[in-house]
Amino acid sequence: MAPGETVTVNLLLLALGGFGAGAAGALLAAREPAISRWVGHAGALIGAMAACALGVAGLAGGTLNVVIPALLPIGGFSLGMDRLSAFFVLVIATAAIPSAVYAVAYTHSYEGRSSLAGMGLGLNTFLAAMVLVVLARNALTFLVMWEAMSLASYFLVMTEAENRETEQAGWLYLVTTHAGFACLLIGFLLMAHGTGTMVLGEWRAASTAVDGPTRDAIFILLALGFGTKAGVVPLHIWLPKAHPAAPSHVSALMSGVMIKLGVYGLIRIGFDWLGVGASWWGGTVLVVAALSAVLGVLYALVEQDLKGLLAYSSVENIGIILIGVGAGMLFRSYRLDALASLALIAGLYHALNHAIFKPLLFMGAGAVIHATGTRNMEEMGGLIKRMPQTAACFLAGSIAIAALPPFNGFVSEWLMFQSLLLSFEIPITGVNLLFALSIAALALTGGLAAACFVKAFGISFLALPRSPAAEQAHEAPRMMRAPMALAAMACLALGVAPVGLLGLLNATVADLIGTPADMRFNWNGIVANDAFAIVSPLWIAVALVSLPALVLMTMRIIGSGGGSRTYETWGCGRALQTARFEYTGAAFANPFKRVFAPLYRPVRELDIRFHPESRMFVETITYRDQIRSIFEEALYGPIVRLVQRGAQRARIVQSGNVHLYLVYIFAALVALLALAG
Amino acid sequence: MPTQILIEAMQLLIVGLGAPLLTGLVRRVKARLQGRRGAGVLQPYADLRKLLAKEPVVSETTSWLFRFTPYLLAATMLLSALLVPLLTTQTPLRFLGNIIVLMYLFLLGTFFLALAGLDAGSAFGGMGSSRETAVAALAEPTVMIAIFAMAFRTGSTSLDEIVRRGASDSLLLLTPGHLLAFLAFFIVALAETGRLPVDNPATHLELTMIHEAMVLEYSGRYLMLIEWAAGMKLLIFLALLSNLFFPWGIASTVTPPALAVACIALIVKIGALAIGIAALETSVAKLRLFRLPALLSSSFALALLAVISFLFVK
Repeated sequence: MAPGETVTVNLLLLALGGFGAGAAGALLAAREPAISRWVGHAGALIGAMAACALGVAGLAGGTLNVVIPALLPIGGFSLGMDRLSAFFVLVIATAAIPSAVYAVAYTHSYEGRSSLAGMGLGLNTFLAAMVLVVLARNALTFLVMWEAMSLASYFLVMTEAENRETEQAGWLYLVTTHAGFACLLIGFLLMAHGTGTMVLGEWRAASTAVDGPTRDAIFILLALGFGTKAGVVPLHIWLPKAHPAAPSHVSALMSGVMIKLGVYGLIRIGFDWLGVGASWWGGTVLVVAALSAVLGVLYALVEQDLKGLLAYSSVENIGIILIGVGAGMLFRSYRLDALASLALIAGLYHALNHAIFKPLLFMGAGAVIHATGTRNMEEMGGLIKRMPQTAACFLAGSIAIAALPPFNGFVSEWLMFQSLLLSFEIPITGVNLLFALSIAALALTGGLAAACFVKAFGISFLALPRSPAAEQAHEAPRMMRAPMALAAMACLALGVAPVGLLGLLNATVADLIGTPADMRFNWNGIVANDAFAIVSPLWIAVALVSLPALVLMTMRIIGSGGGSRTYETWGCGRALQTARFEYTGAAFANPFKRVFAPLYRPVRELDIRFHPESRMFVETITYRDQIRSIFEEALYGPIVRLVQRGAQRARIVQSGNVHLYLVYIFAALVALLALAG
Repeated sequence: MPTQILIEAMQLLIVGLGAPLLTGLVRRVKARLQGRRGAGVLQPYADLRKLLAKEPVVSETTSWLFRFTPYLLAATMLLSALLVPLLTTQTPLRFLGNIIVLMYLFLLGTFFLALAGLDAGSAFGGMGSSRETAVAALAEPTVMIAIFAMAFRTGSTSLDEIVRRGASDSLLLLTPGHLLAFLAFFIVALAETGRLPVDNPATHLELTMIHEAMVLEYSGRYLMLIEWAAGMKLLIFLALLSNLFFPWGIASTVTPPALAVACIALIVKIGALAIGIAALETSVAKLRLFRLPALLSSSFALALLAVISFLFVK
């Protein structure tokens, strides 16, 4: 161990100790659910805070080198840290800290329903495994931790296993995540075979020894494996089912962090392990990312389940992040390294932002579900008056995720646009057009995301309560509000003062790519590529706060009174206003549904029952409007049917006869001996 | 320093005080083209003063968002007025942001206005919000592709840099990509500012309203702020169209004569565009809501063609 590593090793031990103590404490106190949830989540909090410090230390240049040969075969259990790993440790910790605090209060309602010891164990294992995945320096360590992460999250998804929906979501998640894992496993083995080493740090230099087609195959396999975890279209189908099914703090971590580890893997294969790739690699990532962004937000827009909407929006945001990654890979394959750095910085910035605002929104959704007992937005409404603080936090998250100033999403999306706009420096017309289309996709995504979160906030929190439960809603407990407020403030801080983070990110990408981005920044603003692009997030925020105040004061001075009269909403002279007159979420999304009808392929059913005596009177109207997923029907349907048919055929060998099975074993043994001989 | 403050103050005054005049001009020209006498061009000032003095009636269903939104909306427009190069290419506050920042400021205003539309709980407001966000979202790709085309030609996304490089480019109007980008941006400007054929600013007929439905619940000083902001948005878009695509007359040095010329040039250009809009609004009918995607996708196609034409002359 190098002398400078004492700090990082101690922080790592503290982090793992925190997670370990949390898991053990939760198990030991299994008989006392209240103690179990406090101890379990306190451990997670300590671990997350230590991980946060570890990430910061790593970004500041700290290294780590831990090898325990006894723990795993073939190279041992090996950990290390470069800036990219440190950044992702920081991403994990940023989402884990508020989620752990939130979980203490949120899991209260699970007492007596689910095993809190199990939840504590699962959460701590999940967090520890994620940290160890990004620190892994050896293929086997990586794969083992990856699988531990998937299994821990699977058990967390299954918390409410008594629901049939949850059961199905968990099953789908288990199958897809293992299909992805299989791809990773084959990819890693091919890579280890080609390079002759299991040490991840040596792959970059050794990858030149791997021949072209094998490199392509490895890229495809690893991209499929990591893409499944990241939830890119069309590998996303598990995500919108599994994330909403989990308890809200787990959804926050799965959406906020776990899917980012897919991004981490893609960055590793795109920029590190395989060296500089062919340009079609970057192009493919860019196209898939742009599709994920647009389709993700389009599906989010028509979702009525608040958590489902947030889950689809994660598909969108992963798309945005990967647009940066894909653009960076393309730039790099044309030797425009400074631009590659700029694009990757934008992607990483958005990854961190999303790890803050998505947990914030999931926590807000959890508070609302806690208060109203429903996930359906059409049964919420009016919550801004009943839960003002939760509403303010959710609004901050909505503005941030819609990429509007002065919050953090704006800064990363601005950087993303700048890097894409600079693509005219690539001298190939086809690639220029590809970039033009991805700019259009990103712009469309931005506009649709704004609409989507107008809907999410407006339908859930504004106007009159749409159900008795919403009318009875109460503000969330303080332990749930505090982490939301913390996350909202972090969104604002990263939106007005990107200075510190940009410096660290530039160092991170410079380590990876070799050339830093051509970017100057200070408190006053960011200047990219020599006055190509300028923005001053801090002063825009100052103006957005001071100008409304200035307008207000000016109006007072020129003689407008401050008074106003309160009266009911105008409704063409009808007698009373009820929530039945309000615009619904389904109606809000309808223009989008019509414009993008070929994609949604909606099934509409209208069933009107008239009064038996006159058709002038309607007794009941039933309206059903459902969208059909292209991917489930056209892509996965045939695969599932094929597997089922294969399984039917395979049943022939399963006779149930013990003697026959003994024959199988004997035959296998003979075959093996023959092969070995 | 004093000249810089002076320039920004002039920009604020031009946008803030000129907006009602522009609205009045468009209405007046439209009235004359339709064979009516119409109100005087100064009528919007009187309207705004009347609204300012009136006591607003606020729905009891609304929250703080409803009262906050008009102030924020006016503020985003004033902030935009500080960014856009109106008279000179030396806009002092250019470090605040480039053209993308400007577009996101507009989107911020739309976002809050759409929320305010839902806040009162009336069906009109929700309908307006839904339609307004749909139009804004569908216009966004065209905006960015038009910006991409400009970045291609001028090598910058900074507003003043685009104008400066455009002004030094004598063959500007002979470039087909330039004109295509102008057309695309013009259609987007019509959509973003709620003009015909996208939205009719003069209608209060339920089924056709977009912007007006969204702000239906506003009255008094709140409505005044919203109408003022709508006027400012139109003015800023017209100023962008004039200066980004026809940067004639804009002052490259900050001297009184140059600024006077720039002022006259700006008035002439914006006036011409305003008359153009009035003529257009007289001659075309409003498109059905679900025909709008066709219009917006054709503007997108124009912007993409602009990019492609720059690719070929690169």
